[in-house]
Amino acid sequence: MTEQKGYQERMHLLQKEMMNRYYDDLTRVAEGGPGKSAYMLVSGNPVELVRAFDFLPVYPEVNALQIAVKKQALPFILKAEEMGYSMDNCAYVKADIGCFFSGRKTPFGTIPLPDLLLCNYVGCNVYLQWFEHLSEYNPAPVFNLDIPFVRTEDGEPRPEDVTYVVRQLEDLVEMCERITGKALDYAKLQRIVALSGETGELWSKIKALTKRRPSPFDAYFDSVTMMAPLYCTRGTEECLRFFEAAYEELLKKAEDGVGPLPEERFRVVIEGPPPWPFLRTFRDMFSKWGAVAVASTYSTVGGLWEFGFRHDANRPLESIARHMLQWNLTNRNFLQRYEQIKRYMDDWSADALIIHSVKSCRLFSAGQGDMREYFSKDLGVPTLLVESDLEDPRYFSEAQMRNRVDAFFESLAHKRAVAGKAS
Amino acid sequence: KAIDMTPSITEILERCRQLLATPVGEVAAAQKAKNPDRKIVGCFPVYTPVELIHAAGALPLGVIGGGNQIEIAHADSRFQSFICSIVKSTLELGLTDRLEAVDAMVFQSICDPARNLASVFKRNFPRLQIEYLHMPQNMSLRANDYLVAEYQRIFDSWKALTGKPATEQDLAQSIGLFDRDRALMRDLYRLRCETPEKVSAAESYLLMRAGTLMPVEEHIELLEAALPGLQQRAAKPKDRIRVVLEGSFCEQPSLELIDRLEEAGCYLVDDDFLLGWRFFKREVSAGDSPLRALADAYIDRSVYSGVKHDLRESKAKHLTDKVREMRAEAVIILVAKFCEPALFDYALYRKALDEAGIPHLFLEFEEKMWVFDRVRTEVETFVESMLFE
Ligand code: SF4
Ligand code: SF4
Repeated sequence: MTEQKGYQERMHLLQKEMMNRYYDDLTRVAEGGPGKSAYMLVSGNPVELVRAFDFLPVYPEVNALQIAVKKQALPFILKAEEMGYSMDNCAYVKADIGCFFSGRKTPFGTIPLPDLLLCNYVGCNVYLQWFEHLSEYNPAPVFNLDIPFVRTEDGEPRPEDVTYVVRQLEDLVEMCERITGKALDYAKLQRIVALSGETGELWSKIKALTKRRPSPFDAYFDSVTMMAPLYCTRGTEECLRFFEAAYEELLKKAEDGVGPLPEERFRVVIEGPPPWPFLRTFRDMFSKWGAVAVASTYSTVGGLWEFGFRHDANRPLESIARHMLQWNLTNRNFLQRYEQIKRYMDDWSADALIIHSVKSCRLFSAGQGDMREYFSKDLGVPTLLVESDLEDPRYFSEAQMRNRVDAFFESLAHKRAVAGKAS
Repeated sequence: KAIDMTPSITEILERCRQLLATPVGEVAAAQKAKNPDRKIVGCFPVYTPVELIHAAGALPLGVIGGGNQIEIAHADSRFQSFICSIVKSTLELGLTDRLEAVDAMVFQSICDPARNLASVFKRNFPRLQIEYLHMPQNMSLRANDYLVAEYQRIFDSWKALTGKPATEQDLAQSIGLFDRDRALMRDLYRLRCETPEKVSAAESYLLMRAGTLMPVEEHIELLEAALPGLQQRAAKPKDRIRVVLEGSFCEQPSLELIDRLEEAGCYLVDDDFLLGWRFFKREVSAGDSPLRALADAYIDRSVYSGVKHDLRESKAKHLTDKVREMRAEAVIILVAKFCEPALFDYALYRKALDEAGIPHLFLEFEEKMWVFDRVRTEVETFVESMLFE
C-alpha cells in the first residue's frame, strides 16, 4: 500500500519553499549579510524572544536532521569522533560539531557563526554539554537558560520555577540588548507572542483532525513536515499563513474522508524521534500494513499545544516561561509521557503503540522498556519496540526492523480476524 | 595506664572492606535493625544535600549501583543496552527486592537516563518516596533563590517522611557535622597528594565509600582515627608517575580496578570518585540562614564535574589547573561505559590536555569487570612511554 497520489502536494510544497527561504536567510548571514544569529535548541524553544530582537534562530538539531535526511551525516559524525567524541554520544551533536569544523556548509545552505549561544535547557542534559562545547569553540556570548524539570505530584511547575525562569528571561533580554544594541520593543514582543498564540491554536486544531476516521494525515511522518516551520518561523506572519493553509488543506481532506493511504487498517501512536536517514524506508514499513499514526510524542518536543496551551500576549514572558516549563514533551517527566501516550491511545482511538527507541537520544529512549511493560502488560495495548538511531546510519538494520514490524502487524491482523469471526 | 582502644589503621580498613563487600540492601537492613524508627533515604549519585536528610532525622545512604555483586536479569528489559550500568544495577536492586529497608530515594538532574530512572522507580516501587532534585545550571544570583526554594521543598518532603519538625538549628547542626566530615576527606586527599606512598587510592576509596554507608557521626570518628594512622605509616616513595584521575564521578569502578591502576605504575594523586559526597572546596558554614548557605555553597564553592555546567570558567581549564596544583604528570580519564556526560567531557579534556602537553590515557570501565589484564597492559604501556621520554 503506498500513499495516495497527490496526497502531499500543497502543504509540502509550501513547506519546502519556506524552509528554502529560511536557509537562504541563514546563508546570507553566514556570508556576511546583515542580521545576527542565535543558536538555540528545539525543545520548548523561546523563539519569540529572540525574534523580538530580530535574531535569526539557528537550531543545530534541525540542521543535524536535515543533514541526516540528505544522507550526509556520516562524514561529519566521523570527523567528530576523530576529535574525541564517542561512538556513544548523541549523533546530533556529532553531526553538528563535525559540520561546524568543516566550514558549516550543508547541501541546503551555509550555517552562520553564532552571535548568541542560547542554551535553552529544557529537559535534555545533552543540550548543556553541546552548548558548553560550542562555547569553547566560539567567542559568542553564551547563556544557560535553566528550566526546572517538572518533578512534583501534580505535574505543574512550582511558583518559584516560574519566577526563576522569568527572571532569567529578563537577564536574557539584557544580554540581547547588549548584543544587538537595541532596547527590547515590548509591543513587538507582544505581537510575536500573539502570532505564536494563533499558530498554536491552528496546530492544535490540525492535531485534533487525526481523531477522525480515516485520519487525514499521518501524525508522525507528516507532522514532521509542519514541525520545522513551527520552530524556525513561529511568531511570524509567514508561519501563521502556512498553518492556515495547512489547516484548510487537511480539514478538506478530513471532510472528504481522504487519508494518506488508500485504506486505513490500523491506527497507531508512535513514540520517539524518526530515523531521519531512512525516513522513507521506515514509513513504507507501516504504509505497507495500512498503519497510520494518529498521534506522536515526537511532534510535541518543541511544544505541546493539543491539550490547550496558548501563548498569551498579555503576559509574554510568563507565557514563554510556561511554554518552556510545562508545555512541551521534553520537560515533562517520563510518567507524564506515559499519560500523554495513554491519552492519545484513548482519545485518538489507536490500536497499537510503536516505540522507536533511538540510541542517540536517551532523553527519549532511556527506560522505554519500562514503558513497553506498562502499555503491554498493565494496559494490554499491543506494543512494538524497535531500535535504531535518529542520525547515525550505522544503527539502522533494515531487514531486522522490517521483520519485527511485519510480525507485529501480522499478529494484529490475525487477532482482528479471530475477533471478527467470534463476534 | 589506660589501654589504647583506638583501632589500628589495618583494622579500620578491614572494617571498611567488609562494609563495602556487603550489598547495600543488607547495610540498610542492618541500620534498620539498629534503629527501627529511623527512615533511610537512598541517595543516587552525584550530589545530594545530605544535611537536609540528616536534619530531618533520616539516614542518607549512598545507593550507588549494585557494583559487581549483582546479576542484571530484569533491569535490562527496561533500560536498553546503550544505557550505563549503574542505572540498570540500581533498578535491579529494586526489582529483586534488595531495597526493602530503604524508605525513600532521591535522584538529581545529572543526565537523561538517571532522570528517567527516577520515574521508573516511582512507577515500579510505589512503596518508596521518590524525590527528584533539579539542580540549577544557570550559575547566577538567580539560581540561589531558586535553589533555596527547591531545598525547602525537598526538606519539607523529608520532614513529612520522618514526621520530625526539624528546625533551622537542626539543619545548622547537620551542616556542621558534614562540614567536619568533608574537611576530614579533604585532609585525606591532601595526605594522598603529598605522600601517596602512605595511602593508596584504593584505601582512600574504602575510607570514603564507607562514609556513604554509615551515619556521618560514625564516619567522622572513623576518619579521625584513620588519618593519624596513615600519617604515621613509614613507606618509601616508589618510582611511579603522579596521575590525576577524572571521569568517575557517578558510576564507580570496582576496588580491584582502582588497585590495578595504581599497581600498573602510577600514584593517583587525585580523582573524582564519590565526588558528591565531598562536593565543596571549603566549609558550607551554616551561618544565620543554613538553607541559603547550602544553596550558596552549590553555586560558589562546589567542585566542577561532568554534571555541572558552570559557564563562568572552562571545565577543561579546571582540569589542567588541577594537574598543575597536584604536581601531576599525566591524566587518566576513566569513564563508565555509556556515561554520556563523562564521554562528552572527554572531547574537551583531550583537546585541552593536548594543548597543554599533558599526557593522558582514556579508559572505559563497567561496574562488573572481572578481567583487568587489558587495562593493566594499557596503563603499563602508558607509564613506560612516559618514563622513557
Ligand atoms: S539527546 Fe535527544 S534531545 Fe538531546 S540533543 Fe540529542 S537528540 Fe536532541
Ligand atoms: S554513569 Fe553517567 S550516564 Fe550513568 S547515571 Fe551516572 S551520570 Fe548518568
